Amino acid sequence: MATASLEIKVTPEIAAEHGVTREEYARIQGILHRDPNITELGIFSVMWSEHCSYKSSKVHLKRLPTRGKLVVQGPGENAGVVDIGDGLVAAFKIESHNHPSYVEPFQGATTGVGGILRDIFTMGARPIAVLDSLRFGEITAGKSTPAEEAAKNRRILDGVIRGVGSYGNCFGVPTIGGEVCFEPCYSQNPLVNALALGIARKEEIFLAKAKGIGNPVIYVGAKTGRDGIHGASLLASAEFTEESQQKRPNVQVGDPFMEKLLLEACLEAMHTGAVVAIQDMGAAGLTCSTMEMASRGGTGIEIDLAKVPQRETGMTPYEIMLSESQERMLLVAEKGREDQVLGVFEKWGLDAVVVGQVTGGGIAIIRHHGAVAAEIPAHPLAEEGPVYDRPLAAPAPRNQTATDWFDFAPEGTNLTQNLLKLLASPTISSKRWITEQYDTSVRTNTLAGPGASDAAVVRIKDPKTSEVKRALALSTDGKGRWCQLHPRLGAKHAVAEAARNVAASGARPIAATNCLNFGSPEKPEVMWQFSETIDGLAEACNALGTPITGGNVSFYNETLGKSIYPTPVIGVLGILDDINCLLKIGFRNEGDRILLLDGAAGGASPSPTTDSSREFSSSEYSKSIAGIVAGEPPGIDLAAEKRLIDCLGALASQGAIQSAHDISDGGLAVTLAESCFASSVAGAQHAAPLLGASISFDEAGPAEFSLFSERGARAVVSVTPTNLAAVLAIARQWNVAAREIGQVTGDGSFRIEQKKRAVIDSSIGTLRDVWANSLELTLQPK
Amino acid sequence: MKFGVVVFPGSNCDHDAYYAIGKVLQKPVEFIWHQSENLAGCDSIILPGGFSYGDYLRTGAIAKFSPVMKSVEKFAKSGGQVLGICNGFQILCEAGLLPGAMMRNLGLRFICRHVHIRVEQTDSPFTNAARKGQILKIPIAHSDGNYTCDEATLVDLEKYEQVLYRYTTSDGLDDNAGNPNGAVHNIAGVCNRERNVAGLMPHPERAVEFALGSSDGLIIFRSMVEAMVGAAKATA
Repeated sequence: MATASLEIKVTPEIAAEHGVTREEYARIQGILHRDPNITELGIFSVMWSEHCSYKSSKVHLKRLPTRGKLVVQGPGENAGVVDIGDGLVAAFKIESHNHPSYVEPFQGATTGVGGILRDIFTMGARPIAVLDSLRFGEITAGKSTPAEEAAKNRRILDGVIRGVGSYGNCFGVPTIGGEVCFEPCYSQNPLVNALALGIARKEEIFLAKAKGIGNPVIYVGAKTGRDGIHGASLLASAEFTEESQQKRPNVQVGDPFMEKLLLEACLEAMHTGAVVAIQDMGAAGLTCSTMEMASRGGTGIEIDLAKVPQRETGMTPYEIMLSESQERMLLVAEKGREDQVLGVFEKWGLDAVVVGQVTGGGIAIIRHHGAVAAEIPAHPLAEEGPVYDRPLAAPAPRNQTATDWFDFAPEGTNLTQNLLKLLASPTISSKRWITEQYDTSVRTNTLAGPGASDAAVVRIKDPKTSEVKRALALSTDGKGRWCQLHPRLGAKHAVAEAARNVAASGARPIAATNCLNFGSPEKPEVMWQFSETIDGLAEACNALGTPITGGNVSFYNETLGKSIYPTPVIGVLGILDDINCLLKIGFRNEGDRILLLDGAAGGASPSPTTDSSREFSSSEYSKSIAGIVAGEPPGIDLAAEKRLIDCLGALASQGAIQSAHDISDGGLAVTLAESCFASSVAGAQHAAPLLGASISFDEAGPAEFSLFSERGARAVVSVTPTNLAAVLAIARQWNVAAREIGQVTGDGSFRIEQKKRAVIDSSIGTLRDVWANSLELTLQPK
Repeated sequence: MKFGVVVFPGSNCDHDAYYAIGKVLQKPVEFIWHQSENLAGCDSIILPGGFSYGDYLRTGAIAKFSPVMKSVEKFAKSGGQVLGICNGFQILCEAGLLPGAMMRNLGLRFICRHVHIRVEQTDSPFTNAARKGQILKIPIAHSDGNYTCDEATLVDLEKYEQVLYRYTTSDGLDDNAGNPNGAVHNIAGVCNRERNVAGLMPHPERAVEFALGSSDGLIIFRSMVEAMVGAAKATA
């Protein structure tokens, strides 16, 4: 296929090889009023691929809330844009690069990061942060994971981490957060979701709409090669089989240095005022950029492929149009001012060539040495593709009984060993070994890098004056296991957790972006999961005031017929109006009181009924300690989540508390331990010994539930004794239950008592060492 | 008194150095494009961090051929103050303006974290505002910071007190434990024999405000200002 030439006669069979169905082929014939030639077929096949056209998800995505008073640009452009005050806007979006990262982990990950960065600076915004939400198969051998598979997963992880790091580090954007999770279902299908954030002055935002008949179309950046042909259509839009490794040539190769030059040159060119529109060449390369720009602008476009800078000889129009070579841009300049634009790219040593012009009439004409290679009406191609309302079917109810659920240890059992085991589990343990391979401090904006606060926090320097005013907080969260057990509930939890994390940093959540990772849309059960997820997201985003401004859908995440857990990854963005109000997770002073905030009114612990046993079976503790994944996630009360979020915001803005950390994976005990691990003694210039905690509670029932349940709407905060009354008053004001559960200690111990009997008793140093080192010991044994 | 920050293609800490000097220290500063042979009357030149020319051949190996480097070399030879940070340090080594070379980090991985360095000498334009033995907390971010040189050079470096900064622990007691990349003699930064050219792997421009986790990097920039003021007085 890669050497296809113009002479090939297109048949429905050849169309089928391109992933184009008979009905879709008929639709192509309808639009063209003839058979397509091979180049045109190639163009249709990528534009109508699941990856580019959202043909299976469109009907559902409409249900997501996308508007809000701060939303400047919702879904449909290269990235969402929100107003962050002072004349500034933030552009942000999350995207997947899952399949390429399995086939070729390093390059798959680099080009994932590169693609999302281009989406941001295409909007005229300078990227200031990247977050990566990564999911892999289990990296330690166990019941469900043979040693060989665990070793393979470690290699994939290593390649992905190096790829993410190498691109961001060289490009010069800090990689400051995200998640790394492990579940067996990601073994043959890791998830690599990259989020980028950029800022610009509001009037400087660029859109990808071709305008002005006669305006020149300019190709800039890297030369076009044969890499990545059909990356979008065949790699991203089909499930994996045993032959998938043969698709390695379909994976693109990243060049962060080139992208750095492209960034600087594009922003400089935009500042000349001579650029009318700009679009990056990502998935489906030159095809997508030409067709979408023309379609959005309601114009036609005419280009000659012979003028496109190429790094290989003898490339056919088909190959040039479908290449996914990285680090390329297409822009439209104002007629007569093209030299100004070309001059900027020349200064940065980049190829920039006028390859065609904007035309009237809505037809895209692709020439090769003058001869017409393709002639397609742009708007129908881009906007009148197939849309499928695929069948949905709820899976058969799982036949679970109480015997399948987690069995709580008797009251009074000492749980220290279990806490140690949980802290050592890859999902809970410190990700320092990974995040230290990322440049987290370049651009000197990072106020809270990985693990410092519940959200990653970067301050905003005005692009013109470098004046610092506010900061932005970002958190990505996905609850794959919970979505598998209950997609709608799991999706709500993902939004709530991301928003809660942002609030626990002191910021106000304002908008969201989503990356929806699912199996094959051709399976009714998967489409049911998808539809349920969308409804859950919509409900939670509405309740928490975080409209979805963009993102992407990644289907066909399955290998040999086995789907991943449905995994919506949500990125929530928040504004921190005063950088001095930033909250971090670490305890700060010996003697500070530790409070458990619970947005659910009353905040009483539920009694140990079979319900708590069932929901506990979905927890990280249940999975890590008992090997049980069952039941359903805890119920969610979105109003309670909102109360907690608002309460945290009030506590932060009044400077009332010393630290805040939400309760999520691993429950209260892990939250408390992490606040100790991150402790920094106020005023200490250099490293001081870790602070500990002394906690006691009196309710009856299984201590495991009290300590490790992952119920939402809760956070742990610390407060100085003098501020205690004020904090309790603020909590009351927001109708959030605040219970004093203990205090920060300086004797190096970590002790939790139930009815005066120790259920956890350890030195904080021992816990910290296990938590801090276990990932490194697994990934890089000495 | 004016600082110049050189911009190579692929420099990515140029803005940070510019911000640290112009905004935090409130001193005049401007960018100098790599194709310029004119140093714009600057009194101090900073080669910033980043990945000049992608660092695809060897860190700093291509940057030394930039037109601007001819002028930097001339400037340095005539006693001008030059500081190379991270990739800038690598470039100065490649250009022969500083002794030694960089190897891959001992663990063969990129490392970004705060480290501690001890100020070993205070009689240089890059350390005169520090106390001898003062410990600074400054971040590193590099793949190739494993400083090395031949035995004779190492003996000379120590003999002529050219090691300005050495990795150590926060309490300053265990240099080996504080060494993140395997650098010989735990060297984090050196100067030339004439003491007007220096390089260091840690990024002082990233440690200029409390909000960033440390402001210890300012001591290095303040030293450079002091030295320039001193030089101006001496010639006045």
